[in-house]
Amino acid sequence: MRNVYVLGTGMIKFGRYPEKTVPELGAEAALIALNDAGITIKDVEMFASGNLYQANAMVGQRILQQIGQTGIPVVNVANACATGSTALREAYMGVASGMYDVTMAVGVEQMGKQGLLGGGGGGTDPAYSTEGRLGSGLMPAVFGQAGVEHMRKYGTKLEHFARISVKSHKHATKNPFSQYRNEVSLEDVMNARMVAFPNTLYMCCPTGDGAAAAILVSEDKLRQLAGGRKRPKIAASVLTSDPYTDRDLTLPDVSTLTRRAAQKAYEMAGLGPKDVSLTELHDCFATAELVHYENLGLCGDGEAAKFIEEGGGQHPGLGGKSPVNVSGGLLSKGHPLGATGVANVCEVVWHLTEDERAKDRLVPNAKVGLAHVIGLGSACTINILTI
Amino acid sequence: MADEQAQAEPGPRPILPILKLQPKPHLEGVKCGSCGALFLDVKRVACSKCGTPGKLTPVPLSDKGKVWVFSVVHQSFPGIKTPYVTAIVDLPEGISVKSNLVDVDPEELQKNPQKAFGMPVELVVNPVAKDRQGNEVMAFQFRPSKN
Ligand SMILES: [Zn+2]
Repeated sequence: MRNVYVLGTGMIKFGRYPEKTVPELGAEAALIALNDAGITIKDVEMFASGNLYQANAMVGQRILQQIGQTGIPVVNVANACATGSTALREAYMGVASGMYDVTMAVGVEQMGKQGLLGGGGGGTDPAYSTEGRLGSGLMPAVFGQAGVEHMRKYGTKLEHFARISVKSHKHATKNPFSQYRNEVSLEDVMNARMVAFPNTLYMCCPTGDGAAAAILVSEDKLRQLAGGRKRPKIAASVLTSDPYTDRDLTLPDVSTLTRRAAQKAYEMAGLGPKDVSLTELHDCFATAELVHYENLGLCGDGEAAKFIEEGGGQHPGLGGKSPVNVSGGLLSKGHPLGATGVANVCEVVWHLTEDERAKDRLVPNAKVGLAHVIGLGSACTINILTI
Repeated sequence: MADEQAQAEPGPRPILPILKLQPKPHLEGVKCGSCGALFLDVKRVACSKCGTPGKLTPVPLSDKGKVWVFSVVHQSFPGIKTPYVTAIVDLPEGISVKSNLVDVDPEELQKNPQKAFGMPVELVVNPVAKDRQGNEVMAFQFRPSKN
């Protein structure tokens, strides 16, 4: 396996773009990344495109039909919320394997105003729909149960989950790429409309549109193209699926596959959680972020509430430690499914390279960044980047 | 499935094949003959715990269990009454089932979640809809045990 570096990144502000198409949004992010890398599409040897809602519509090729049809291999990836990060891993493997020197990953999604109400089940006759009749398969409830499980095991309170939302909203005020940039108070979060206990409205990520892109290169190409610019190495890129666990088939187990991915990623990078300067993790719901503090080893098992009380997860500039989701996280930044896994790698890169695009929220002296995504069904990716 | 229903006698239909209405309503799963793992399926190609194919036999499941965790759903599909409680119920056979928890106060469980943890519950079956052929569709729920 060869070393792989991120030469360029691109991202459009997450939000709503009803006047644009999915390939247009992806093409915009791709062009920004190519420009940032200082190359053109003619230099790219392989392209992995991540998009979920148009998975059968050749989005990758349609992006190239916008920015340059060079005839290179294109892979279209769908892997639930881990779609973008799985595309990035395809591009990573292309370089790591020695097959290509320059690859590109783009994650893009257009969700409009449709909510995260997937997973209802049922056949063609709605009388046999199980949603609300045999419990709920809706995401807010599934992740609500994961939070309730933490309450059961460790006595965690609604307030702990709420504090995560307050923290991430505060972070988002410094991120111009974030869909929402408003602060919320603890009272706002706790008194907001309950969506699925214990997740209130502000503890659920919004839906929207977005795109992000990354250009990956080999070490030789980096020397040739970087022109003295420092560029981070992908020290680990890991993908796992859900192993058999006793309740997994009725209560999706978001923890075990994250723990396995974390263990493999730390091992591959030769690093541990204590070495991580910043983490972008998959906070589709506040309850998810809390359990992932433990799953990623940012604190010990059962210690997430204490971690939060001691300022864990907050930006050092706010007096915190072990900063998590300084971008504002999915809760504020937004969660256009296919774009998410590439966007969180962009965020990590920007901190490691002190990029202009993160100038108001830089984590000082960031040397190691971790990006985590989980797609229910389930797929987990972890990328660890170092500089 | 629609064809089979069209040809069958009119009458109540289970919402999922794991719900058996006769002789008395109960759930049925399948058990792996190799490692003993249980699944909430009537048909399955192989065991996803140990990988052994073709050794799965039907087993009736207990109508009593204990609540592991729950959520209170306030936003759902059009036509679904909210709030309702969704719960993961552990059965004594070592398998868990998901369904609505009824005859409880959702607001009360939000205030005191620990009241639900380990709560002994029992299976009940109720009609939830009529299908296109006019047959009653029966679903199962759990309620606090009466005995
Ligand atoms: Zn088995």
